[in-house]
Amino acid sequence: MTLRKLCIGLGLCLALIACGCGRRSGTSITVAGSTAFQPFAEKLAEQFMTKRPDINITVQGGGSALGIQSARSGAAQIGMADLVELPPEASELLGVTVARDGIAVIVNPENTVTNLSLAQIRGIFSGSIKNWKDAGGADQPVRVISREAGSGTRSSFETIVGGISLAGAAIIQDSNGTIRETVANDRDAVGYLSHGLLNDKVKAVRMDGVQCTEKEILAGQYKLVRPVFLLVNGPPAGAAKDFIDYILSGEGQETIRLNGLLPAK
Amino acid sequence: MQQAGDRIVKWTLMALAFTALASLLLIAIFIFKEGLPFIARVGLADFLLSSDWRPNEGHFGIYPLIIASLLVTLGAMIVGAPLGIACAVFLNEFVSKPVTRVIKPTIELLAGIPSVVYGFIGVVVVAPLIRSNFGGPGLSMLCASLILGVMVLPTIISISTDVLASVPNAYREGALALGATRWQSVHMVILKAGRSGIVAAVILGMGRAIGETMAVIMVAGNTAQIPHSPLDSVCTLTAKIAMEMGSATGQHRQALFAIGVVLFIMIMMFNALAMTAMKNRIVKK
Repeated sequence: MTLRKLCIGLGLCLALIACGCGRRSGTSITVAGSTAFQPFAEKLAEQFMTKRPDINITVQGGGSALGIQSARSGAAQIGMADLVELPPEASELLGVTVARDGIAVIVNPENTVTNLSLAQIRGIFSGSIKNWKDAGGADQPVRVISREAGSGTRSSFETIVGGISLAGAAIIQDSNGTIRETVANDRDAVGYLSHGLLNDKVKAVRMDGVQCTEKEILAGQYKLVRPVFLLVNGPPAGAAKDFIDYILSGEGQETIRLNGLLPAK
Repeated sequence: MQQAGDRIVKWTLMALAFTALASLLLIAIFIFKEGLPFIARVGLADFLLSSDWRPNEGHFGIYPLIIASLLVTLGAMIVGAPLGIACAVFLNEFVSKPVTRVIKPTIELLAGIPSVVYGFIGVVVVAPLIRSNFGGPGLSMLCASLILGVMVLPTIISISTDVLASVPNAYREGALALGATRWQSVHMVILKAGRSGIVAAVILGMGRAIGETMAVIMVAGNTAQIPHSPLDSVCTLTAKIAMEMGSATGQHRQALFAIGVVLFIMIMMFNALAMTAMKNRIVKK
């Protein structure tokens, strides 16, 4: 009796899986890489596929490094990377900037500091400024929160600010979300995250007097900005080209903007 | 007909049983294949005893990670072992069977809570408490030890209760007949008789603690440093692997596999110790 139920259950599962696979036919391409851009790519792919039912797009995460790797090896037709400087192994790939992302330096809302210079940010994250009073704040220790080695956000942040050798006592969190939580919960903390993920639980400081807003980034005033690249091995063709063209179209760029990133131009 | 059916079932079950073994073997081979050449190239001493972890510049020292893993595990045992053993003694010696039948499954339910939930409680409840009462970043060795201490309770309690239940009743009766109070019979006779089994329970709990990843990443702060106080944040071996695996390539990736080798050997050692302790118990009986 139970065995029969089990068999029926299994059969149903298999049938469901088969339906799922067989739904689309035609060209299929894989997009893989940056986890920061992954949700955007998924959204864009969904919109694109309703227009072009003959093309099936699979979006995978895995990080910028994996994006570069799989675009090179052919495991993905399009790689996603959100690094300021592409590593040497990406030199043979063709990169198209499809979006930009501001990196905001954040502190706890209780912190009185509202503005930091580039040199102060460098000092704080390198561990030479250890007390908020040396950066214009209260007499409280600075608690640096950073991302893990290999994070695209971290390498972009360190490259743009320049000369950061991360403080030994820095706390490491492995996502934008946990950085925000940690800073929101700790009066002395300072961290950085993608500007689309700012909310009112944390306070973004001005950098050299410039606020991290869409307006300032688009005007080229705010310095901490990184590009999001789509990487292809050789000139894009066929479905991959159509998808990239769609992302760069007015509609694609508007989707990117509505969801918290900045358009490429 | 019946016999053919039997044979099919037998072979199917055997194949399934060997799948489990084969996957363990495959995992071991894979980790060692990826990790050992790296250790050979960097040098065992440089890998294990250097404190310099800067993968982009080719420095791979995991000394602080090993120390952190051991200290967090030790801390978890300081929290979890007394609680777990006390709970097991209480369930076995001080309450009636029907009560045990309700409490024990409840405790075992703790094992079913996903570790991310433990981590979340650590981040939103325990870490702020530590920060406001003792200072420091809150996300610390102390926080990790407290959370892990609770997470190992089901392991320690369920094995310890089984051990205590297997102590022959004659021991209890003998102790009571000699005029011992209940507490005297517990700590002089029953705990002594079950000692090696309880040691095994604690060691298995240690294996669970050292291998835990998600909860530790969330609450330990992940600073690769040698802690000077329990309030400092630390980064364990498992946390390092999990955090950097997603974006690591080349040497960096191999280094993470090499950390896997170190962890694998540590956990094997714990399990071997636990098995030896268990075996001693059976021989004595």
